[in-house]
Amino acid sequence: MPVPQKPGATRTKQDDDDHGPDLGDGADEWMQGKTLLKPPDQLDLTEAELKEEFTRILTANNPHAPQNIVRYSFKERSYKAISSVDQLAVHFVLEGNLLHKDSDEARRQRAKQGLPEEKPVDTAAVETDEEKAETPGDAGEEVGEEGGADERPDSEEVKPGQKERKLTNQFNFSERASQTLNNPLRERECQTDPPPRANFSATANQWEIYDAYVEELQKQEKHKEKQKAPSTKKEEDKGKKKMMMVEMQSDDVSKVSKAAKIVERMVNQNTFDDIAQDFKYFEDASDEFRDQEGTLLPLWKFQYDKAKRLAVTALCWNENYRDLFAVGLGSYDFTKQGRGMMLYYSLKNPTYPECIYPTTSGIMCLDIHPRLSYLVAVGFYDGCVAVYSLKEESTQPIYKSTAKSGKHTDPVWQVRWQNDDMDHNHNFFSVSSDGRVVSWTLVKNELVYTDIIKLSLEGSPSDGTEGLQLPTMACGTSFDFHKQIDYLFLVGTEEGKIHKCSKAYSSQFLQTYDAHNMAVDAVKWNHFHPKVFISCSSDWTVKIWDHTIDTPMFIFDLNSAVGGVAWSPYSSTVFAAVTTDGKVHVFDLSINKYEAICQQPVVAKKKTKLTHIQFNPEHPIIIVGDDRGYVNSLKLSPNLRKKPKEKKGQELPKGPEVEIAKMEKLLSLLREPESNTN
Amino acid sequence: MAEVEETLKRIQTHKGVIGTIVVNAEGIPIRTTLDNSTTVQYAGLLHQLTIKARSTVRDIDPQNDLTFLRIRSKKHEIMVAPDKEYLLIVIQNPSE
Repeated sequence: MPVPQKPGATRTKQDDDDHGPDLGDGADEWMQGKTLLKPPDQLDLTEAELKEEFTRILTANNPHAPQNIVRYSFKERSYKAISSVDQLAVHFVLEGNLLHKDSDEARRQRAKQGLPEEKPVDTAAVETDEEKAETPGDAGEEVGEEGGADERPDSEEVKPGQKERKLTNQFNFSERASQTLNNPLRERECQTDPPPRANFSATANQWEIYDAYVEELQKQEKHKEKQKAPSTKKEEDKGKKKMMMVEMQSDDVSKVSKAAKIVERMVNQNTFDDIAQDFKYFEDASDEFRDQEGTLLPLWKFQYDKAKRLAVTALCWNENYRDLFAVGLGSYDFTKQGRGMMLYYSLKNPTYPECIYPTTSGIMCLDIHPRLSYLVAVGFYDGCVAVYSLKEESTQPIYKSTAKSGKHTDPVWQVRWQNDDMDHNHNFFSVSSDGRVVSWTLVKNELVYTDIIKLSLEGSPSDGTEGLQLPTMACGTSFDFHKQIDYLFLVGTEEGKIHKCSKAYSSQFLQTYDAHNMAVDAVKWNHFHPKVFISCSSDWTVKIWDHTIDTPMFIFDLNSAVGGVAWSPYSSTVFAAVTTDGKVHVFDLSINKYEAICQQPVVAKKKTKLTHIQFNPEHPIIIVGDDRGYVNSLKLSPNLRKKPKEKKGQELPKGPEVEIAKMEKLLSLLREPESNTN
Repeated sequence: MAEVEETLKRIQTHKGVIGTIVVNAEGIPIRTTLDNSTTVQYAGLLHQLTIKARSTVRDIDPQNDLTFLRIRSKKHEIMVAPDKEYLLIVIQNPSE
């Protein structure tokens, strides 16, 4: 509906005002015509439905805006849907007709209508001579309008067309308002110390990295340990470490002790190179032409200055380190008893002992523990027994018997380690001239003794009614334990008798052999044959026995007192004996039943007596000790360790049985003639 | 301490031994039985050689280590025992 002019508009308003009072009058009319006015297709709504409110939410979205505009995107080279649509809907536009007074259009309008133009005139230009006269009145007005805008020197251009707008200088134009003072620039600096620098360079290779890791690991472990320990200890440790550092720097040479020992061995190896070569490779070629006899090749000679006056009283190889052996030193001359010494030698260093244990009393015997090779039992002339440990730094024994703890009253002639007892305590046996065989048990820090048997003079101890008199005791000088039967052992006595005893019976001998006319120096079971043992004595004889038979199977007369005898570890029929005339006798019964296959003097001086002999458990060498404190090592020539090779090649696995059979064969041959001679 | 001294003395008195030198980690001889110039020469050269030898052994297997160095020459045998911090050098004439 076209809206009329303003007067019309006012009239409608008047109409509205008129309707107000009418409403009251026509109310009834309206109510009445209600049903009539209802269109036929109108929905019938209940009161509730009519009263229901519908909520309409007005949003800023343009409902007519298209949703699916697609445009080509040059960037992606495809048509892309445009997500953002213009939501602006214009409902009404009205162009205004007002003009700004200063705008170009307004000026043009004014020009058209002929209104006087207010012409801006330069004040600076005014100062020129001509102008002053012409437009003095205008100038005053224009100063306010555009003052300072023009400073051009060539304002003459403008002069002719005063009416036209003056152009500003395009090249040297500046507004006065912009000429403000610039803030003065200020510079502030300060200098700092340069951070410390250091050059570090290193090469790292695999093992250095490995070392670093290992070190780190140790540190961590230490750290853990330290955490457990109280903090005060930490500081102590640190202090200690520092002390250690200081000490290490000053204390120089002790660090090389291990290296020095090895170097000593190497120097010895070089010096005794020929002997070492002989030890390993030399086989006496002349054996082939000598039929059955063999020779002994002297190898190293072990000596120690401080042991020169002493006699070798015991020899024992170490079972675990087979280049190592122990030497007991004392004296067999009972008028010249004094100090003793235990030495450990290695074949690797013949010039100087590995370990030295000086003792106050002479050593008479020793035995290295077969399994725990650092333990060595020692028997002394004064009747004491002691146990030394190589692990200990000191040269004192770790155990020693005292007068209170049942020590022997006479020299201890032999000691021997036994299997551990039921409580896993180590124990050993000893025999002495006081007639006792004693078992010693290592319990914590003391030696506990048990008398196993007392040797009485006449046969079995139960026979005699004596017991009051001490001399009735026999003097034990040697013993040996059966290799297989644990309880069975033999004791040799000074009277020349050998008793077969059992650990179970302390008052009875199982058997007594009337073996020798003088003291039995050694008695040893055969390594292979369970029935055979050997004995030797100062009565010049060596005898071989079957322990089930009272009489000896073999008797060998060596023409001199026999100091020691030993079975070989490689053959059941080979044994060696040493005599006081300085000779070593080697027998192989399977080759010669009557004579030694080697009989060789091995000492330089005639007077030197040989005292003991031992076979190395592995190498074909023997060591012999003499009464001057020397120990000689000798290599057995091939003939002395001959094995039936053609047979041996096949039967090597069951070596022991072969050895037993070999001995058994010999014994069976002998049993018949032996009975005849008796 | 005394024990080591004794051992060193024994080595020195051994037949054919020309000299023993103990060298510290820096290659400086701290004990010698030889004259000064020889000692310095031996110490410097053998120290380097030992480091190189150890490096070689350990490069092959970092868990391994050099325990000994024996140099057999026409005239001598030089034995070098590298300890953790020290080197023990012994020069021996084995044919003597």
